[in-house]
Amino acid sequence: MALPDLATIENAALGGALIGAAAAGLLLVDGRIAGVSGILGEAVRLRRELWRWAFLAGLIAAPFLASYTSIAPVTPTFQSGLVVLAIAGLLVGLGTRLSSGCTSGHGVCGLSNLSPRSLLATLVFMAVAAGTVFLVRHGHVFLPKA
Amino acid sequence: MRATFQFAVLTLSAGIFGLIFGLGLVLSHMVDPARVVAFLDITGDWNPALAFVMGGAIIVAAPAFAYARRHQHALIGTPFQLPNRFRITGRLVLGAALFGIGWGLSGICPGPGIVLAGSLEAHALVFVGAVIAGSLLSDLFTRD
Repeated sequence: MALPDLATIENAALGGALIGAAAAGLLLVDGRIAGVSGILGEAVRLRRELWRWAFLAGLIAAPFLASYTSIAPVTPTFQSGLVVLAIAGLLVGLGTRLSSGCTSGHGVCGLSNLSPRSLLATLVFMAVAAGTVFLVRHGHVFLPKA
Repeated sequence: MRATFQFAVLTLSAGIFGLIFGLGLVLSHMVDPARVVAFLDITGDWNPALAFVMGGAIIVAAPAFAYARRHQHALIGTPFQLPNRFRITGRLVLGAALFGIGWGLSGICPGPGIVLAGSLEAHALVFVGAVIAGSLLSDLFTRD
C-alpha cells in the first residue's frame, strides 16, 4: 500500500464534497435523488421529464468547464480493451437497474439517507468489485486485450 | 403558471447540479479508471484516496437527507421523492453483485462513464453504450 500524498487526499475529499453538494442541492431544491444509473435509465426510456437530460448534459459539460478552473485535467487510463469494456458496461447497466442504484444512488445518496437497503447494496458491489480486481490482477484470470 | 415555473427551475437547476457533480468526479479523479481500480485493489498496491470521496460526499449530503425525511416538500413545491430504505430483496443483492463485477472489470461506474463519454473517446462510448443496453435489457427480467 502506498499512502497517497496530502494533495491527492485533499482533492478526493473536496471532489466528494462537490458531489455531496450536488446531491444535496438536487434533493432540497427539486426533491430528486442524484442517482446516475436511475437518471440515465429513465432518460433513455424517454420518460417525459427533461430534468434528467439536463443533469446528464451537466455531467458531460463538467470536464470542459473544469479546464477554465484551477481543477487539473484528468487523463483516464482505461484498464481493458473494447470487448471487456462492452461486457463490463452490460453488467453495470443490468446490475444497477436490478438493484435500483449505483455508486451515487446507493453509495452517496442511500448512505446519506441512512438506508439499510443501500448499505447492503454498497457493501455487496464494493466487495464483489474488489474480488473481481483481485482475480484479474492476482488470480491469473485471462482477459482478452482487444 | 406554477407548473411552468416548476419545470423551468427543475430543468435549469438539474443542469447546474449535474455540472457540480461532474466537477466533483473530475477533481476527485473518479473519472480515472486506473485510480478506481487502485482503490479496489486491496491486496495489491492499495490506494485508499477514493474512500475520502465517498466520505466527503456523505458528510455534505447527509444533513439534506435528514431534512428531507422530516419534511414533505422540496423548494420548488413538489414532494420529496425518497426511495424505500428497508426493502431487502434477492434482486437488490444480485444486481449489486453484477454491478460489482462490471465495475471491477472496467473501473468505471455510471457517473464517471457519462463524464468520460463527453470526450467521444472510443473506450468511453463503448462502455456507456453497453451500460444503456444493459439497463434496457433489465426490462426482460423485471415486470414492475
